[in-house]
Amino acid sequence: MIRILKYVAIDILKNKIVIAYTIMLALFSWSAFSLEDNSSKGLLTVLNIVLLTVPLVSVLFSTIYVYNSNEFIELLVSHPVKRSMIWKALFIGLSLSLVTAYVIGVGIPLLIFADWATGLIMILSGALLSVIFVAIAFLSCIVTRDKAKGIGVSIMLWLYFALLFDGLVLFLFFQFADYPIEKVVVFLSALSPIDLCRILILLRLDVSAMMGYTGAIFKNFFGNNIGLVFSFSLLALWIIVPFFFSLRKFKKKDL
Amino acid sequence: MIEIKNITKQFGKLTALNGLSLTLNKGECIALIGPNGCGKTTLIKSILGMVLPDKGDIFFEGKNIKNDNEYRRHIGYMPQIGRYPENMTIGQVIDMIKGIRHAHEVLDNSLYEQFEIGNMLDKKMRTLSGGTTQKVSATLAFLFQPKVLILDEPTAGLDPIASEVLKTKILEAREKGCLVLITSHLLSELEDIVSQVIFMQEGNLVLHKDTEDLKVATGQDTIARSIVHLLKEGKL
Amino acid sequence: MNIKEGHRYRILWWVLVCITASGSNIWAAASWVGNDKPYRSIQAAVHASLRGDTVYITKGFYKEGNIIIDKPIAVIGIGKPVLDGELKHEILSVKADSVYIKGLQLQNCGRAVMNDQAAVKVYDSKNVVVEGNTLLDNFFGIYLQYSKHCIIKNNFVKATQEKEYQSGNGIHCWKSDSLQIIGNRILGHRDGIYFEFVTESVIWRNIAKNNLRYGLHFMFSHKNAYFTNYFKNNGAGVAVMFTKKVVMMNNTFEENWGDAAYGVLFKELSDCYLSGNKFYRNTTGIFFDGSSRITAERNLFAANGWGMRLQASCMDIVIAQNNFTGNTFDVATNGTLTLNKFYENYWDKYEGYDIDKDKVGDVPYHPLSLFSMIVEKNPPAMLLYRSFMVTLLDKSEKVLPSLTSDEFVDKKPSMIPYTL
Repeated sequence: MIRILKYVAIDILKNKIVIAYTIMLALFSWSAFSLEDNSSKGLLTVLNIVLLTVPLVSVLFSTIYVYNSNEFIELLVSHPVKRSMIWKALFIGLSLSLVTAYVIGVGIPLLIFADWATGLIMILSGALLSVIFVAIAFLSCIVTRDKAKGIGVSIMLWLYFALLFDGLVLFLFFQFADYPIEKVVVFLSALSPIDLCRILILLRLDVSAMMGYTGAIFKNFFGNNIGLVFSFSLLALWIIVPFFFSLRKFKKKDL
Repeated sequence: MIEIKNITKQFGKLTALNGLSLTLNKGECIALIGPNGCGKTTLIKSILGMVLPDKGDIFFEGKNIKNDNEYRRHIGYMPQIGRYPENMTIGQVIDMIKGIRHAHEVLDNSLYEQFEIGNMLDKKMRTLSGGTTQKVSATLAFLFQPKVLILDEPTAGLDPIASEVLKTKILEAREKGCLVLITSHLLSELEDIVSQVIFMQEGNLVLHKDTEDLKVATGQDTIARSIVHLLKEGKL
Repeated sequence: MNIKEGHRYRILWWVLVCITASGSNIWAAASWVGNDKPYRSIQAAVHASLRGDTVYITKGFYKEGNIIIDKPIAVIGIGKPVLDGELKHEILSVKADSVYIKGLQLQNCGRAVMNDQAAVKVYDSKNVVVEGNTLLDNFFGIYLQYSKHCIIKNNFVKATQEKEYQSGNGIHCWKSDSLQIIGNRILGHRDGIYFEFVTESVIWRNIAKNNLRYGLHFMFSHKNAYFTNYFKNNGAGVAVMFTKKVVMMNNTFEENWGDAAYGVLFKELSDCYLSGNKFYRNTTGIFFDGSSRITAERNLFAANGWGMRLQASCMDIVIAQNNFTGNTFDVATNGTLTLNKFYENYWDKYEGYDIDKDKVGDVPYHPLSLFSMIVEKNPPAMLLYRSFMVTLLDKSEKVLPSLTSDEFVDKKPSMIPYTL
């Protein structure tokens, strides 16, 4: 697999989009921190990068890349190479390059300007979100053979997780305002990786507000060490499950 | 060498292979023919593991190829339309395949030299003409001295000289005891190289005979004529 | 003769002075208590002392149950002697005016809920001074009732009970007047400083940290002034209720976190003045409920969940020239009625401009965000904060205010933060 991974990595690097992405991320986050007078405002800009831009770029780039790798896959499949290795190599190659881009672009300014615990949580969340959306891209690639359709599915999934899901939850809040739905909401938030990451970061950025009202529930759930482990394992599931399904389908795919 | 038992493959409603059984022996050079969409390419891809049959098994040297990939070390495959990563150069593709196969075999560079691939190593795959792509595919198929050669329309798009070079190479391989499986529409092209003919129609095996037997049975002097004869008589 | 006559009068005058001032230091006696001292027992020494005497307690461990000080004497510890109440007794009961208590370590007083036992309890007395003592694991620390002109100064009061009902207040004052509570540190009690019906007193430079309920808690305690106190991480912050004419200046309220925790809870207060206070990292900086005629100026509200919550039951509250920075929500309210004024505050969320360069924003600032209204009605919605949907909602509301009150506005927002 390492051998395949090498070729995938070289190919992605040659692609230049990842480099452009790194530069763009760096540009945004450096300017966010240096233009704003206090670092908490810069953090908010970076938060939006983490929650919107990173998933979008990850899912789009990966989808397009996987479709464009069809020839590569076909070429390799007729050689003594395990199918799952090809898929894993592609996944790891894409994940690694996107995470590297994120860590260089956003992670470094975060470590410099934000306090280290907040910075670390944000770096970890962003990195996990990158990989999660690579996994989601793999799933949408394998679901449909058509490139245009696949990209469409990817964008729809991003739209759903980044925007629509919150709208649905907000709607639920209004509908069931008279019921104690805090626990349901905690459960619901696990259904969207972006929300899960947002809440983890929120518990750092707006800890004072999160401590009040329903905060107790959230803080108890997400804030303590067990909750943190739980949240991160949930995020890991968001990587494993879509990728596992795509891998299972890929093994049976006719090329 | 390759034993195909009862394989069935459906794409949606279309039955590409319908309970097909075949035995392909060492040292044979087999022409796989049939009308468009009769399941030739599906059969080849099934042997290569690119298409997974719904039913049935394929054995390579007695071993089931399901969940195996090592057997492909012994197969050289030349696809009908070679599709390669567009941004890679010829040199990179060849290097990559060498790297991935991690080959221990002595490499057979004769096609590489005869097609003068060495002069084009820096060309990107996307800039290549169909013929050149075929040359690369052929080179790769023969490079590792495989025991089995699967050639899907090998001469299509090749210029006459290259075509001749490839034919010689195929004959050479057959002499060495390789199993060669060729699909082609141009039966005349295969005339002097094939030893067996397989005719397929709508996913079924219709005919599997030695060329000599076929000619004798039909009383014709070429394979092409024999097939046409059979078709006319409605025996296929 | 004339001279002699004058001399005699002078002697007579001196005798008179001596008789009337038998309590003063000149003739006052000192009793020493300790293992190798004339008195083994503090109670005996106190018993034997006369008005104005001093009882010195040397280093040691004393378990004498309840000691009643019923005459104006000084009780001074040398080398922090320990007086232990064995969890049964009130340690010092002061039942006389002008008692001075200093340098003692008082610990483990009784836990009786019925009579509120304390390490030092002052009953109906004047001019009592309790200074420089260490109070550990007591039920109530220092307890004053019906007392006037007392000074509680530089005491260290700490308890380690875990539940509110097991613990009393650090400094507890009831129906008293003209007190001075200065420089005390109170940790781990139920309420740090508790006042009920205490008037015209000064509370200065105290630190109340990690108390189970409130750092400072007062009711019906008019005309008091609170300067430069520090309240941090108390269970429910600071709560003040039903009081008039309170002045709070330069106090710090920090990290009071929780569902019902407030930097300061103002319930039914009126005619108060707040200035120079810092509200930092509280769930809610100030909570105004049913209050009126309050001026808050030049305070800092930083990194709170809610800088200020102003219930619709308040009126004539003036919020001027404060800094609001890094709060999740600057201001929240529960209704639409606004009878309060905001002006010339610095809001870090202000996005207006200042073309005429007078350092006052040219567009009014609406500190109320739509989402804060949603959260007010629907607290769990907080979980959606900073999601794209919510940001979108807030932005659109800022552009076209339709749901938030129009009167909730600072027409002259400052462009630069005040130096406080």
